Amino acid sequence: MLPLTATEAAVRPAKRINRGRLKYYAWGYLFVSPWILGVSIFTAYPLIYAAYLSFTKYDLLTSPKLIGFRNFSTMIQDDVFYTALGNTAYYTFVAVPAQLVLALFLAILLNQKMPLINVFRTAFYLPTVTPTVASVVLFMYLYNPDFGVFNQIVGWFGFERIKWLDDPAWSKPSLIIMSLWTVGGQMVIFLAGLQSVPQVLVEAASIDGAGPISRLRHVTLPMITPVIFFNLVLGIIGSFQVFTVAFIATGGGPIESTLFYVLWMYQHAFLNLKMGYAAAIGWVLLAIILLFTLIQFAVARSWVYYEGGES
Amino acid sequence: MGTLALGRGKTGSTRRRAGQSHLRSGIRAVTIYALLLAVGVISSIPLYWMVITSLKEAGKEFLFPPVWYPNPQVWSNYVEVWTLIPHIPRYTFNSFFISILATVGTLLSCSFVAFGFARMNFPGKNVMFVILVGTLMMPTIITLVPTFILFKTLRMTDNPVPLIVPFWFGGGAFGGAFYVFLIRQFMMQLPRELDESGLVDGASYFRIYWQLILPLSGPAMAATAIFSFIQHWNEFLFPLIFINEPTWRPLALGVRFFLNTYIGCCARGATPWNMLMTASFLMLLPILFVFFFAQKYFVRGIALTGLTGR
Repeated sequence: MLPLTATEAAVRPAKRINRGRLKYYAWGYLFVSPWILGVSIFTAYPLIYAAYLSFTKYDLLTSPKLIGFRNFSTMIQDDVFYTALGNTAYYTFVAVPAQLVLALFLAILLNQKMPLINVFRTAFYLPTVTPTVASVVLFMYLYNPDFGVFNQIVGWFGFERIKWLDDPAWSKPSLIIMSLWTVGGQMVIFLAGLQSVPQVLVEAASIDGAGPISRLRHVTLPMITPVIFFNLVLGIIGSFQVFTVAFIATGGGPIESTLFYVLWMYQHAFLNLKMGYAAAIGWVLLAIILLFTLIQFAVARSWVYYEGGES
Repeated sequence: MGTLALGRGKTGSTRRRAGQSHLRSGIRAVTIYALLLAVGVISSIPLYWMVITSLKEAGKEFLFPPVWYPNPQVWSNYVEVWTLIPHIPRYTFNSFFISILATVGTLLSCSFVAFGFARMNFPGKNVMFVILVGTLMMPTIITLVPTFILFKTLRMTDNPVPLIVPFWFGGGAFGGAFYVFLIRQFMMQLPRELDESGLVDGASYFRIYWQLILPLSGPAMAATAIFSFIQHWNEFLFPLIFINEPTWRPLALGVRFFLNTYIGCCARGATPWNMLMTASFLMLLPILFVFFFAQKYFVRGIALTGLTGR
């Protein structure tokens, strides 16, 4: 609604209203104009330009040369494409569920009215704000096969030393364990979700004789399905783009076991200067992520509960 | 507390029930504290390790089994690191410079745009807002190559422009829409009468934004400032692509380059993990500072986005 219309309509002739309305609209567009510009220059244009580049051969030195679908056909014949995609899928489909379960567990623990609870909230969130570079360097040291503290801890439980990041079988699990250290963001979102569950419902279930497990299963979890869905969708989108940890800690190795999709794209773009090929690699990732997101939205109807049916 | 209740519960059936529920809530509290403590200890090990390693004597960081409490504690590591890592004072300055300017841009431009979405009306607003929310889910990685080429063509690589300027565009770039969304959700809650009284007083829409709505949006702005500062301070991929020369390298890149002189292709001796941990902790310090002074805005900031209500 326009705040002006009621008063203006009463006093001013019709023509003035239109002009006032136009002026009002103009102000509206003025306010969102930085975003319109930004989204055009830094989102829409790159998307379109990348789509064009994906059909070209471009090394930054000579101008892009159109080569049709050759980048895409190279990609599907490239074994590394499947390695990178497989590594990324492995990482995503193990790390994201593990992260969500842990984050939800922590949020439930923290969703109490008890003394000192804020201290724990802070402590659990702290790893998440640690700079990625600092935490990767830290974990490289913790994971060191010869003098890392993780091997000492593993030894207390009677296990053999593990080569962690240096062992192709352990490298991905190591990075996944590392990602569990920074679930604070998801945890806080779950916590906010838990705090918005109406206490009346939980108490009603309690009076009806439901125990804590059953209350969690039949009242709390259904009420926070929108939050679970949110974390799941964004978690998968984020994990498909995993880059920094592997770039610093392993460089994609050992034997390509942590060569993730974006790392592979980075190598083609900025080491091999194959901008066209990299753009094609990027667009394929966009398509894959879009597909997964759409599937999740379609499946969401069957398990996500929206209060009052509004979106 | 639990045992006391149990003793009293023996007298009558009602009391017993009350006693049992006391006992049960006592056990529950103990269990929760025990779990919290266990998780707290486990999740603290890495940061504890960072701190104690940063205080270890050179060479002591290679001992196995590792030492959990260093003796002596070498605090001079925190002085030495400033000369050991080349250009580290400059890197630190760069990180502050980039993070602060990008955050100021985010605050000004995102609140400006958020005002438009929250308090104004115009044809196409809803479509634009759907696009804005859509960009939240778009993988920013896809824009990497074209954005690099854009700035390369403009001869703006190896300077801080690509790391700052895109964030002055109202959340249009690199997932910044999150901040517009957050501030908009907050502005939506403010009473409409504010704008109307401003109009009656003859204020322009810009003054309504700048002098009425913005001063009332403190919590949302605080949350945005914190999230944005941390995001830019921690950012790795964009500087990696846009910055090659040390001159404008932020701390995140600098630490990684220092690490790279010891690990991988160009190794030149045993990695000085104690100094790396010192540098890492120095990098974490400003974040800790921001975090402890403003931690209440974290949870509130996320609650503000209204994610929970959707």
